[in-house]
Amino acid sequence: MEPRQPAPAVAPSQRSEGEVLDAIERRRRRPHVKLMDKQITLAHGAGGKSSHTLTQTVFLKELRNPLLEPLGDSALLQPNGGGGPRLAFSTDSFVVKPLFFPGGDIGELAVNGTINDLAMAGGRPLALSAAFILEEGLATDDLSRIAASMGAAAERAGVPVATGDTKVVERGKADGLYISTAGVASVNRGFELSPAAIRAGDRVLVSGTIGDHGMAIMIARGELELEVDLESDTAPLHELVAALLDATGEVRCLRDPTRGGVATVLNELALTTEVGIVLDEAALPVRPEVSGACEILGIDPLYVANEGKLVAVVAPHASDAALAALRSHPLGREAAVVAEVRPDPPGMVLLDTAFGGSRVVDMLAGDPLPRIC
Amino acid sequence: MRFVDEFRSGDVARQIAERIAGLVEPGRHYKVMEVCGGHTHAIYKHGVEDLLPPEIELVHGPGCPVCVIPMGRQDDAIAIAERPEVIFTTFGDMVRVPASHGSLLDAKARGADVRMVYSPLDALKIARENPDRQVVFFAIGFETTTPSTALTLLRARAEGIRNFSLFANHVTIIPAIRAILDSPDLRLDGFIGPGHVSTVIGLRPYRFIARDYDKPVAVSGFEPLDVLQGVYMVMRQLASGRNEVENQYTRVVREEGNPRALRAIAETMELRTSFEWRGLGFISQSALKLRDEFADWDAEVRYELPGVRVADPKACQCGEVLKGVIKPWECKVFGTACTPDRPIGTCMVSSEGACAAYYNYGRFARRRGREAEIAGLEPVVREPASA
Repeated sequence: MEPRQPAPAVAPSQRSEGEVLDAIERRRRRPHVKLMDKQITLAHGAGGKSSHTLTQTVFLKELRNPLLEPLGDSALLQPNGGGGPRLAFSTDSFVVKPLFFPGGDIGELAVNGTINDLAMAGGRPLALSAAFILEEGLATDDLSRIAASMGAAAERAGVPVATGDTKVVERGKADGLYISTAGVASVNRGFELSPAAIRAGDRVLVSGTIGDHGMAIMIARGELELEVDLESDTAPLHELVAALLDATGEVRCLRDPTRGGVATVLNELALTTEVGIVLDEAALPVRPEVSGACEILGIDPLYVANEGKLVAVVAPHASDAALAALRSHPLGREAAVVAEVRPDPPGMVLLDTAFGGSRVVDMLAGDPLPRIC
Repeated sequence: MRFVDEFRSGDVARQIAERIAGLVEPGRHYKVMEVCGGHTHAIYKHGVEDLLPPEIELVHGPGCPVCVIPMGRQDDAIAIAERPEVIFTTFGDMVRVPASHGSLLDAKARGADVRMVYSPLDALKIARENPDRQVVFFAIGFETTTPSTALTLLRARAEGIRNFSLFANHVTIIPAIRAILDSPDLRLDGFIGPGHVSTVIGLRPYRFIARDYDKPVAVSGFEPLDVLQGVYMVMRQLASGRNEVENQYTRVVREEGNPRALRAIAETMELRTSFEWRGLGFISQSALKLRDEFADWDAEVRYELPGVRVADPKACQCGEVLKGVIKPWECKVFGTACTPDRPIGTCMVSSEGACAAYYNYGRFARRRGREAEIAGLEPVVREPASA
């Protein structure tokens, strides 16, 4: 049972481990200038490294301007040349499958999603637009249900859908329907929420259990034959944000950990502000149903999408007030302090495991793929 | 989470780590190979190495089913997937593995009908639901996944499902371990044996390691405490001069394995004379093919495959990594030309591959440990936050 063919002579790299790791860090920071992929794959939509590269090399390259450049959840406009309140402006598209899932549907998601992008700028949402791409053959009953659910979500949030558009494409060209929403919000606070304000020592909070939405969708697809009682967490967060910002003026920055999850958001913050972020695994709020399903599928809840949770970076001495403010709101009852900002290692997110070790939490490469054994 | 958290307890881990440290002979360096990629993943994901004394080095072994598939077989898989009548089903890990002309994910983007499944039975279900299409399942894995393929095949035959076939790439772990033991490049002190493979094959097949090569084996589970206890059991054998096959994973692994699973494999499959392993070359009697009675469900019989042996990319050193001869970071392209988002080698694709595990999880923790060593400090063992 000898290998018949001798292995090639080993010529290990001449680099030391430290040099290799330093080279990786330099490479991670290098701006992407060219998209190497010949065609779009699903990985470009997964929110991880490929999405990031696509945005940098295609969209930012061709559309670059000062409003777009920060690549935040929404852009901040200063109408009338300054003085009055600024406007937050954001857009989002929804292609979720299935259209109806436990805890919500594509319509409710489309309303809440854009409200949340606006809320992360500390804004009070004023109005939304909704554009529909419908597939020939879609049941009008389904469309009515979705529209009614959008109406209910807009009503609950107090944000009207003020304008819209409809297009129909041939059968097979869309998966039932796609919805794209955009919105504007007025930003009236005296301070700016920006990653640039993040300092070593700051604390990172999440407003509740992570991974609920993504896992609820995966289970609702019915491909896994898992029986788990789990609902999407889709919810409008602007009132939770208002409660938080009223409680403390020392919130540095807010993020909406949707696609790519909490890990992706923290990596973006660490990279743009050149700080290290160290998560405490034992402090992460994860529903047992989510951690159980993730365990079976080989997925890390840190990368699973949320649709009703926020990540807040706050000054160290404001952390208690921020936590109390979040917990006193119905959407933030399970909020927790989950990480600390440190000067080192710059640009990286680490996790202290409950087991007593530590590891890197990097941006996601490709789709969150299951392990096979 | 019940039945999981118990096996991740930091308090218990510290107690085991102390006992391991107590078994270290001063001045001796220990190399313990964890055979299975599942172990490698758990070690990095939970930071198990942070709890070990610096004298103990964990060497990552060949038991990553995605990693060992050679490029030629991946090309064959893509050739099947690109046939218009075929729905090609595969475990998720395989879709990003680079072949000669891109991965299955690229083939999917070009129009191939590639679908990810969690079980071969899901593939069979797709076949039932699409009687006018040909459904092919990319069967890979060690003895852990082979029984589910075998049972799917038996069910396909029982139900008379004719539009279903398997592209069989199942491999067996023992010849790979033997190849590593015979390799002159590597000196190992003991093995953390593969837990899930052993649920099927039992403990007997490992006896030659203790008997002929004088190495201790502890077949271990995949939670971090399992791995740590496995290391302890190997160290305890070494300290008392024993070479035995011990079973850490008693809650799952039986001495005799799983006879029903073994019967299902024997009924449907037989050993190939020889099979190419990525980076390890051809190893005789190291893989399985379908028996002739199942030719109707054998994609290798049904489709004309290129079947070309493709050399690994020159820069790729997956073979050395799989044998544990070099550390992931010692590969020339690690982290530069080869990264998880643009992998060259298989070890960088699968979450069980040593390179991906080290790149994704391990690269900073290891650096911290090294810096501490350089500075002449004690190895890094964190105090519990609450203590």
